[in-house]
Amino acid sequence: MRINKSAIVMGLYLLFLLLPIYWLLNMSLKTNTEILNTFTLWPNSPTLDNYRTILTDPAWYMGYVNSLIYVVMNTVISLAVALPAAYAFSRYNFMGDKHLFFWLLSQRMAPPAVFALPFFQFYSSVGLFDTHIAVALAHCLFNVPLAVWILEGFMRGVPKEIDETAYIDGYSFGRFFVKIFMPLIASGIGVAAFFCFMFSWVELLLSRTLTTVDAKPISAIMTRTQGASGIDWGVLAAAGILTVVPGALVIYFVRNYIAKGFALGRV
Amino acid sequence: MAWMAWTWPTAAFFAFIACTLIVFSVLAIKYPETPRRGILGTETTRGDRVFISLLGSAFINLAWLGIVGENQPWALAVCLVYAAAVFRWV
Amino acid sequence: MEKTVNQKAWFLVLPVLVLVAFSAVIPLMTVVNYSVQDTFGQNQFFWAGLEWFREMLESERMWNALGRQLLFSGIILAIEIPLGIFVALNMPKSGFWSSVCLVLMSLPLLIPWNVVGTIWQIFGRVDIGLLGYTLDAVGISYNYTQDVFAAWFTIIIMDVWHWTSLVALLAYAGLKSIPDAYYQAAKIDQASRWNVFRYIELPKMMGVLMIAILLRFMDSFMIYTEPFVVTGGGPGNATTLLSIDLVKMALGQFDLGPAAAFSLMYNLVILTMAYVFYTVMTTLEKRGG
Repeated sequence: MRINKSAIVMGLYLLFLLLPIYWLLNMSLKTNTEILNTFTLWPNSPTLDNYRTILTDPAWYMGYVNSLIYVVMNTVISLAVALPAAYAFSRYNFMGDKHLFFWLLSQRMAPPAVFALPFFQFYSSVGLFDTHIAVALAHCLFNVPLAVWILEGFMRGVPKEIDETAYIDGYSFGRFFVKIFMPLIASGIGVAAFFCFMFSWVELLLSRTLTTVDAKPISAIMTRTQGASGIDWGVLAAAGILTVVPGALVIYFVRNYIAKGFALGRV
Repeated sequence: MAWMAWTWPTAAFFAFIACTLIVFSVLAIKYPETPRRGILGTETTRGDRVFISLLGSAFINLAWLGIVGENQPWALAVCLVYAAAVFRWV
Repeated sequence: MEKTVNQKAWFLVLPVLVLVAFSAVIPLMTVVNYSVQDTFGQNQFFWAGLEWFREMLESERMWNALGRQLLFSGIILAIEIPLGIFVALNMPKSGFWSSVCLVLMSLPLLIPWNVVGTIWQIFGRVDIGLLGYTLDAVGISYNYTQDVFAAWFTIIIMDVWHWTSLVALLAYAGLKSIPDAYYQAAKIDQASRWNVFRYIELPKMMGVLMIAILLRFMDSFMIYTEPFVVTGGGPGNATTLLSIDLVKMALGQFDLGPAAAFSLMYNLVILTMAYVFYTVMTTLEKRGG
C-alpha cells in the first residue's frame, strides 16, 4: 500500500506544479479571440502564430539573445574567479579566511533592491549603462559567492594526497589545476554553472534597472506587452514558454548532478 | 567620484572601519589566538567579536534614535560598554 | 580535512575579492553617503545628518511593510517546510521515476521570476485562468486585483508553487544520506512509521532543514519580482513587501536619502540573519565531521 500512497502524493504534487505551466502552454497555442471568448481546457484550433510573432520580430527575439549573452558572460566570469578562490578556501588556512568566507556569503543574501539604485548611478557614471557586461558584473554580486560556496563543498571531497602527489611529480600549480584537479571536480563545476546560470537567468530587478534598449533582457520586454488594445495574452504566454525552454534544457543536462548539488545544501 | 557624494563624516566612518580591520589584522599576526567558547555557545575569535560589536552597535544606535531620539553621542557610549561586554564574555 | 596554513592563498582569493568589492563595497558606501544627505537632483547634495533614519524609524509606511513582510515569510515557511518534507518522504528513492521527479520538480526553480508572476497572473484571472475560472464557477468570489485576501492567497500559493521543490529537494538529499541499516534496525524493533520519522529521519534531516528554513526565510525577505508582477503591491498597499516599497521609493520617486536609510536598515537585518545562518552552517559541518 505504501508505494501506492506515495505515488498518489507525488502525482498530486507534480500535477500542482505542472498545471500552471500547462495553462501557459495552452494559452500560447490559442488565438487571442479564443482566449478571450471561450474558456477551453485545450486549444480548439492550435496555432503557432504567437511563436511566429516572437521569432520574426527582432524587438522580441533580441531580448532572448541579450539575456543569453549576459547570462553566459556572468557564468564564465563567476566560475573563472570562483575556481581559484574555492581552491584556496578548501585547502588552506590563511589570515581572515573565515571572515572573508562569511563576507562573501553575506553578499549572496544581499537584497538586489538595495543595490539597484547605486548600481544604476555607478554604471551610468562609468558609461557602462545599457551594456551586457554591466548586467553580467552586477549579477556577480550574488553569483560569485554562490559559485565559491558550491565549489568549495565539492573540492573538499577531493583528497589532498592528489595535490601533493602531483606537486612531487613536478606539476606546476597551473598545470595541476587545469589538467588534474578540474576534471576531478567536473560535476561540481557543472552544478556551480547550473546555479549561476539559473540565478542570472531568473533575475529581473537588476537587469531591468541597468538596461534600456541595447541590452534589454527578455523579462523586461515581456512586461511591456500591454498595447492600446489591452494585453496580448497569446504572445505573452508564448514568450513565457520560450523562457522556460533554456532552463529545462539546462536541467536535463545536469540532472544527474542536481541531487548531489542539493546534498551539500549549498544553494 | 562625484556620483558617490562623499562627505567628511561618512569618509571618517569608513576610515574608522578600515583602521579597525587593519589593527585587528596586525594583532592576528603578532598574537595568534585560539577560538574560545563564549556565552553564545559558539566558538569565536577576536574577528568575530569585532563583527558582533559593530553589528550590535548599529542596532543600538538605531534603537537610540528611534526611542530616545536626541543626544546621539550617548548612544556611542552605550556601544562602547556593549563592545567591552562582547569582548569579555562572548 | 586538515588544512595547511599558507598566506599565499590570498593571491588565489584576490580576483574574487576585487570583483565583489567592486560590485558590493562601492555601492554600499554610496548608499551610506546618500543616507545622510538630501538632494535636489544634478548631483547636488546637502548634509541631512541622521534625519532620514529618524524619518524612516518613525514612518508607518516602513513598519507596515516590515509587518507584511514578516507575515508573508512566516506563512510561506509554515506551508513550505512541512509540505516539502512530506513530498521528500514520498519521492521514489531511485530509478527512472526518481529522475523524472527531480527534473520536473526543478522546473519551477528555473523559470524567470517575472514569468512565474505572469503564469500566476494568468492562472488566477477569472476570465481566462484555470484557477480563477474554477473558483468562480464553484461560487467563490475571487479577484486578486480588488480583494486583499485573494491577493494574499495568490502570492502565497505562487510562492509555495515556486519554492516548495527547493525544500523538498534539500530534504530529499538529507534522506538519501541515511544508511539502510537504520531502517532495518527500526523494522526489527517494529517501530511505527511516525517513530521512524521522529527518531531516524528527522534528526538526520535536521542539518539540511536548518539550511532550507534559513534560505527560504532570507530569500522570501527580499522577494520582489513575483508579487510585483501579479499584484503590483496592491490592492492599495496590501501586498507591498519590503523590496517593493524600497524600489518604489528609490527608483520610482528617486528619494535617494530615505531610500538609502531604508536600504541600510534592511541590509542590517539581512546581515544579522546571514551571520546566524553562517554560524549554524559551520557548527553543523563541524559536528557532522
